[in-house]
Amino acid sequence: MNVTLQVWRQAGPSAPGGMVRYEANDISPDASFLEMLDVVNERLMAAGEVPIAFDHDCREGICGSCSLMINGVAHGPNKGTATCQLHMRSFADGREISVEPWRSRAFPILRDLVVSREAFDRIIAAGGYISAPTGSAIDGNATLIAKDEVDTAMDAAQCIGCGACVAACPNGSASLFTAAKITHLGLLPQGQPERGLRARRMVEQMDIEGFGGCTLYGECQEACPKLISIDTITRMNRDYLRAAVAPVRAVVSESD
Amino acid sequence: MELRSKVPAGPIELKWDKHRFEMKLVNPANKRKFTVIVVGSGLAGGAAAATLSELGYRVKCFCFQDSPRRAHSIAAQGGINAAKNYRNDGDSVYRLFYDTVKGGDFRAREGNVYRLAQISVEIIDQCVAQGVPFAREYGGLLANRSFGGAQVSRTFYARGQTGQQLLLGAYQALEKEVARGGVTMYSRTEMLDVVVIDGRARGIVVRDLVTGKIESHAADAVVLGTGGYGNVFYLSTNAKGSNATAIWRAHKRGAAFANPCYTQIHPTCIPVSGEYQSKLTLMSESLRNDGRVWVPAAAGDERAPDQIPESERDYYLERRYPSFGNLAPRDIASRAAKAVCDEGRGVGPTRLGVYLDFADAIQRVGASTIRERYGNLFEMYGRITDEDPYRVPMRIFPAVHYTMGGLWVDYNLMSTIPGLHVIGEANFSDHGANRLGASALMQGLADGYFVLPSTIGDYLASEKPAPVDTTHPEFRLTEGEVADRTRKLLAIKGKRTVDSFHRELGRIMWEQCGMARTATGLEQAIVQIPSLREEFWRNVNVPGSDAELNQAVEKAGRVADFLELGELMCRDALHREESCGGHFREEYQTADGEARRDDDRFAYVAAWAYTGDHAAPRLCKEPLDFEYVHLAQRSYK
Repeated sequence: MNVTLQVWRQAGPSAPGGMVRYEANDISPDASFLEMLDVVNERLMAAGEVPIAFDHDCREGICGSCSLMINGVAHGPNKGTATCQLHMRSFADGREISVEPWRSRAFPILRDLVVSREAFDRIIAAGGYISAPTGSAIDGNATLIAKDEVDTAMDAAQCIGCGACVAACPNGSASLFTAAKITHLGLLPQGQPERGLRARRMVEQMDIEGFGGCTLYGECQEACPKLISIDTITRMNRDYLRAAVAPVRAVVSESD
Repeated sequence: MELRSKVPAGPIELKWDKHRFEMKLVNPANKRKFTVIVVGSGLAGGAAAATLSELGYRVKCFCFQDSPRRAHSIAAQGGINAAKNYRNDGDSVYRLFYDTVKGGDFRAREGNVYRLAQISVEIIDQCVAQGVPFAREYGGLLANRSFGGAQVSRTFYARGQTGQQLLLGAYQALEKEVARGGVTMYSRTEMLDVVVIDGRARGIVVRDLVTGKIESHAADAVVLGTGGYGNVFYLSTNAKGSNATAIWRAHKRGAAFANPCYTQIHPTCIPVSGEYQSKLTLMSESLRNDGRVWVPAAAGDERAPDQIPESERDYYLERRYPSFGNLAPRDIASRAAKAVCDEGRGVGPTRLGVYLDFADAIQRVGASTIRERYGNLFEMYGRITDEDPYRVPMRIFPAVHYTMGGLWVDYNLMSTIPGLHVIGEANFSDHGANRLGASALMQGLADGYFVLPSTIGDYLASEKPAPVDTTHPEFRLTEGEVADRTRKLLAIKGKRTVDSFHRELGRIMWEQCGMARTATGLEQAIVQIPSLREEFWRNVNVPGSDAELNQAVEKAGRVADFLELGELMCRDALHREESCGGHFREEYQTADGEARRDDDRFAYVAAWAYTGDHAAPRLCKEPLDFEYVHLAQRSYK
């Protein structure tokens, strides 16, 4: 099949950028979107041109590296699918496809389609963990956890940290990412002691990084390759409010 | 080169305890005076960096990805083994030890494997404490499933995303330490060389992948947790960025490379579909709990699978290995798939595939239970192949997945360069010639959380490394060599892309050093690879400059190293005139096609020393003694 690409090219963080047109001909419909870009890059290099830079690694939808805005939609047209798992058979032959990086104040562009998502690491560092230094653990079966609770925690824990939620949000909010972690850890008994502090610190870090606020557009859950629900945001808001209005000690002893 | 394993004397169940008591300790106030570099942020590296910082060491952690959370451990699907015996099905530390030594076809060190089995129990507890959402039973207790090579159910899992959840646990612990100031994290930073001063590893030279800047970092010890080298084959289940540069550079600075030919070909991957293909996708071994593997009984049968009656199907694993059936170990299941395809009984458009059929399981437990167990894997299969595995059997074929070989390490996980420690898939230990399913996560975390943090203290306390910083001339020298190499790659301006060389190397490796190897084929490869390498350095085209984000330069450096490592793998495979585990030499097989080991000649670890770019590597041997598990031909019949 043949497609026409309009790709964002930008030589460096402070260089000006713009859309450049490429013809991608003779592409197998069974190729993934990234494999199509590989083919385009091989041809660019053969012609002595600089290939298109894009982030990718596992190519099986789990590492969260790939991050493309395809025709204005984060990760492209297929619901619950990261760019690397999107195949060319999802596009009509002859179609024009625009490819852009994630756009967010908190995700500066490094080159072409590559952005920095270090802000996400700093949100996790602010409180997205359970303090359990190596060696301090009790037996894994000592605490019973109801199956449906662990299943709900797992639904949120599946977040791959790709940033599609931020790219899709009209406000550029990182609420779904942050809420997924707060939900995962806050649903588990091990996560209770730090629950209030965690919510407060993570939400505050999210603001410091320059992400926008959440006004419940719901675009994030539509773009999420792991189909994480905005119910998690409700939970985050509740945990945050409780922690913000109550003295820390009271929050620490509270459980749901 | 003398290889001293340093496995402590005494009964196997007491070795690790005794060793922990005998090792020197660094007192808490002194730990902060030591800096440790950890390269790699996967299960081994991430766990080690977090734990070392918790202990009080100053840690610098490096990864080439944009975040430590993206290390390839994230993609491990099926689970992690532990000898908890929660199922009361006869499991024990000794049985996990026994299964692992036997599964590795008697080519691993008993002392190491026993320690791994002991620690497995603590790993589960540690991960639960961090909030890893392992699957639970309705009563709230941890659930288990079975994996290949075992007759007990000892695998803990989080849907089909166990690696992801374990890695996020380690990553979160790591970020907690970053926030506390114990760990300095360097993302998008690739290690390109190790710096050896007075015979000890004292630092690394790295390239900032955003600016291209070459920088040095000094330390009192260096730890490599940089993963395996399966991408030598171009097509593998590894992530695109997975590479051997860190361990290969260390090898060229004096670290012996052990058993490079031991590669694991995983039996259940989605078959190759075209030339554009960039990687292969694994379908977790856990699927073999419920899926039945079969091909048509007759060669050339082109009917659709639902048109082939039961009587004309060959469930060859169940037929050949009745007691383990579809859960035969990986090496055996892969070779069996190759054998039926060689007989012309393969399925799918390329005829290089076998069926993995869930029809019986769906009938037995219902589609919803199957969806609960493997839903995400079924979806992934559907997305890639455009077929519905609930209705049509999956098509699978073996693919390169894991490398058991790696840098040689002693019981303390230290390489032949003092101060250079190697953990996780990057080292050679524990799995012998074949790794059992759900054991990689166990080993990575055992090394990272528990073994290395103890043993590195003994090194630092005994050696008391003298202060050194990056102004030392050895750092300048190494930086210069690294920068020269990059400049050289950019200056070639040849006609072929890096990927075209990588693909060609992959084809040679797959054909000559893949599932079945022969002396003739390997000898051929040992001629083909150097000539390809020579062409690479003459005719590769690497666009752009070294002072910018340049993915072509990154790739070129990695492929240059694969072109050297591939040859060593072939040399090792040629010298090992026996079949064992993942290493199958066609000349050495039993009458019924099973691997035939030669314990009299080859019960040793083959560790290769680098002797120069134009000299043959030198073979050093570490003999293996089997005191507890008696040498026998593996049988899964």
